[in-house]
Order: sequence, then C-alpha cells, then structure tokens
Amino acid sequence: MSVVEIKDVTKQFGQTTALRGIDLAIDEGEFVSLIGPSGCGKSTLLRIIGDLIQPTSGTATVNGKPARQARIDRDYGIVFQDAVLYDWRTVAKNIALPLELARWDRRRRAAKVKEMLDLVELGGFESHHPWQLSGGMQQRVAIARALSFDPSLLLMDEPFGALDEMTRERLNMELLRIWEASGSTVVFVTHSIAEAVFLSTRVVVMSPRPGRISDVILTDLPQPRTAATREEPRFFELVTQVREALHLGHDVDHKLEASA
Amino acid sequence: MTTMPTPVQPIPRGGMARLVGRRLTDWVPALVVLVGMVGLWEGLIRAFDVQEFLLPKPSAIARTFWNTRSDLWAAGWFTFQEALGGFVLGCGFAILVALVLARWRILGSAFMPYAIAANAVPIIAFAPITNTWFSPLDKSSKISIVAVLCFFPVLVNTLRGLTSVNPRALELMESYAAGQVQIFRRVRIPTALPFMFTGLKVATVLAMIGAVVGEYFGGALNALGVQILTKARVAQFQEAWAGILLACLLGIALYLAVAALERLTLRWVPSTSE
Repeated sequence: MSVVEIKDVTKQFGQTTALRGIDLAIDEGEFVSLIGPSGCGKSTLLRIIGDLIQPTSGTATVNGKPARQARIDRDYGIVFQDAVLYDWRTVAKNIALPLELARWDRRRRAAKVKEMLDLVELGGFESHHPWQLSGGMQQRVAIARALSFDPSLLLMDEPFGALDEMTRERLNMELLRIWEASGSTVVFVTHSIAEAVFLSTRVVVMSPRPGRISDVILTDLPQPRTAATREEPRFFELVTQVREALHLGHDVDHKLEASA
Repeated sequence: MTTMPTPVQPIPRGGMARLVGRRLTDWVPALVVLVGMVGLWEGLIRAFDVQEFLLPKPSAIARTFWNTRSDLWAAGWFTFQEALGGFVLGCGFAILVALVLARWRILGSAFMPYAIAANAVPIIAFAPITNTWFSPLDKSSKISIVAVLCFFPVLVNTLRGLTSVNPRALELMESYAAGQVQIFRRVRIPTALPFMFTGLKVATVLAMIGAVVGEYFGGALNALGVQILTKARVAQFQEAWAGILLACLLGIALYLAVAALERLTLRWVPSTSE
C-alpha cells in the first residue's frame, strides 16, 4: 500500500507556478529523496504531503487519507533544516512536546523520552538546554522529537543542510540505522547528490519553473549501507546518473527560457 | 557514534549570583565609580563654595534624609503605592490586549499604528487632565496616569514578542495538529517573555516618573511629589533633594524587583543564566 500518494498536484503562488502536474506514489518502508536546484518546489511538495500548505489543484493522500486528516491524526513527524528546538525546554521536554499535545500521561512520556534518547544516542543530555548542544546534537534531538509518537511517515526538509560534511556523513549513518529500527517511511529533501544516493531507495529529480519531476532513479545499492558503500563503483554510477538528470532538467529549462 | 558528545557549557546553578546576574566582585568597578562621583561632588561644592540652592552637598542631603526619614518614608510609601498600582494595572491590561491583538491579527493591524504613535506621545502632559477627572488628592488620579504611561511600552513590546515567533516553530506545532490555545501556551507566550520583560522594565521607570510628576500638578499633602515641590518653593533645598533621593531609590527598587523576576522566569535564556 502507498503511504504517500500525490495525484496531479499543482501549486500556484500568485503568478508563479511552484509545482505543475506532480504524480508520485511512495510505498511503505521506502526512503525517497527529493533533489533539485533552488526553486524546483521540493520543499513545497514536502509541505503539501504534510498539509502545511494546500495544493492549488490535485490531491495528496497519506495512509489512504486526505493529507489534512493524516496531519490531524499525527501520521507524520517533520524535521527542518534548523532544529527548531524550543529554547525554554530541556532536551527531554523538547522530545516530549508532541506527546504532551497527544495527551500521553507523565509516566508513558518519560519512558518514551528515554527510549528516544537512547535511539539517537543522547542519553545523559536530557536536562540540557538546546543552546548547550552542538548543531549535530540539536538535529538529533529534532529527529527524536519527530519520531517520539511513532509516526509511520518521517518528512525531512534538508535536515543536515546546515551541518559540516563530517557531521553530516555521521548523521546519514545514524539516520539509516534509525530508519531500519523504526521501519518508517522517509521523504527527504536535499541539495546533495551524494547524500540522496547514499540514503535513498529512490531519488526523485526535480527541475524548476515550473517545478516538476524530471526523473526518478532507483538506487539499487545493497542494504544495509555502510561507509564502504560510498566507495563502490555502483555508488559513483548512480551519482553520475542523478547529476546528469539534474543537468538535463536545467537544459530543458534553458531551452524554455531561450524560446520564451 | 563512537565518541560520546560533550556539552558545550555546564548548566549554571542558582543562588544570589543568578539574581544579580554576576559575581559580587564584578560590582567593584561600578562601586568605585559611585564613591568617586559622590566624593567629587562633595569636594567640588566645598572647593568652590557653591550656594545650597544650586546644589547641596551630598553629605547634607544624606543627613537630612536620615533626620526626616519617618516623614519621608510616609510620603514615599504613599507615592510608591500610586506607582505600583498604576504599574500593575497598566501592564496587566497591556498584556491582555497584546494577547488579543496577537490572536486576531486583523485587530492587531487595525490598532497597532495608534499604539506605536501613542508610545511616542508625552503622556505625562495629560496629568493635569486626569487630576480633574479624579480628585487630585485621590490616589486614583495618579494611578490612572501611571497606568496609561505603562500601558504602551508593555503592549508594543509584548505584541512584538508574540508575533516574532520563528515560522518553522509554528509549522511544527501545526504538524502536531495543535490548536491556537496550545500554540499560545507553548510557543508564542514563552517566545514573548523576554520582550515583555523589556517593556516591563521600561514601565517601572515610567511608573515612578508618572506618580511623582503627576503630584507636581497637585496632590495630597503627604505625597512625595508634593513634598519635593513645596520644600523647593520655600527654599528647603536639602529636604527637596532628600525627597528626590527617595524617589530615585524607590524607582531603582521597583526596577530591580522586575529584573529579579525576569531572571527567575527566564532561567533558560543563556544571557540571563550565565
């Protein structure tokens, strides 16, 4: 069964067409990356799946329900580029926030927070405040918070975009481990070709003006992926394939501009 | 992860140091300046034989302050009640109005230009008017002018805080299907607190000014402002200056009380908990 189903979605912001004719189905347990240059609408598409913005036409379905109902049922967790931790809450209380909103009782909350801290390997930091943590640690708190209520879908909007390369690669490994442990479906927006290929089961290549899907590439690298995966010939082939797809999207764009 | 991450900074602990915001030794330079300034004042007046009606010696002011302390304190307490009453009333109402304007943004955009304009108006100029609305001898005439003075800075700052929330933080709350009450309680109000305290601290200063200056336009005989005015008129300058000194001390006390409350409330802000 498809966890996410996008049918003929178009999004207008005033005169600008952010997305046109998007069709995409994502199956349970998939890890799908949306990649493309700025302005291709990949973040907009992610927000439509999360019902944080509504499409101008077309439909978005999550777990067989309209996106709005899925949001109300708390079917997904979301992580942004900046961790968006609440400064006045400790690490533990940040992770517990969605659980408070879902009216879990105190004991259940405490047990779940402990489980999530272990999952993201931040045990011992529960009473720290966000400003006492490094950027990578903050982002792991954000991931723990997004997964705390066991959503079937995890939406990630360039979650590691603001981190240095070393931290980013380490968190990539972390994320894959968490993905396997939680069994959730992930939709992941990124600028990085290597990151998309390394993490994903499928890479959705998008191109701008109007935002559309220009290619979908199946990344058939063996699971589970390890540091060695980045050095395999097949990894480089896929990186090249995604890069060419991205440039092709751009060429189409330039031709359109030339003819306009 | 092979290495255990380490915290960037230790968690600060409470105590007196937190309330005053720094170690007591950090106050030494400021104390030296204070003693130096008062000493210079005393010395210059002695050296140049300055007339008392221009500026009395600090030692003379201090002596008068001590000798007339019971009368002064009665007058100071009377005026402080006006300042505090107006402060609580004005600030409380401002916070309520800010919440309403932040919740219904159309109201906010309708009223905010006027609130900002009013913030720039010398409201104290209306003091003679409130003296005629209420009896000038009654506390309520000063409480009302103080309340109006305190209202606008607290309103403007609190509303700015309530509406300057990171849009991502709001999206996150929306993704949890949180309602407006939850968003206010868990995101908007905590975000607004540092802004609100900035407004409150401005208001403490305005509250004492409002009460004392309000009394200059007429008030009960045992009010501090009236005392300062009458002593100055009958050339009792040391008494007038003692009254001014008390007004300063009361204003500072009110400010420090709010600053201490801020530190207790905003323990999580790095800059206030260092």
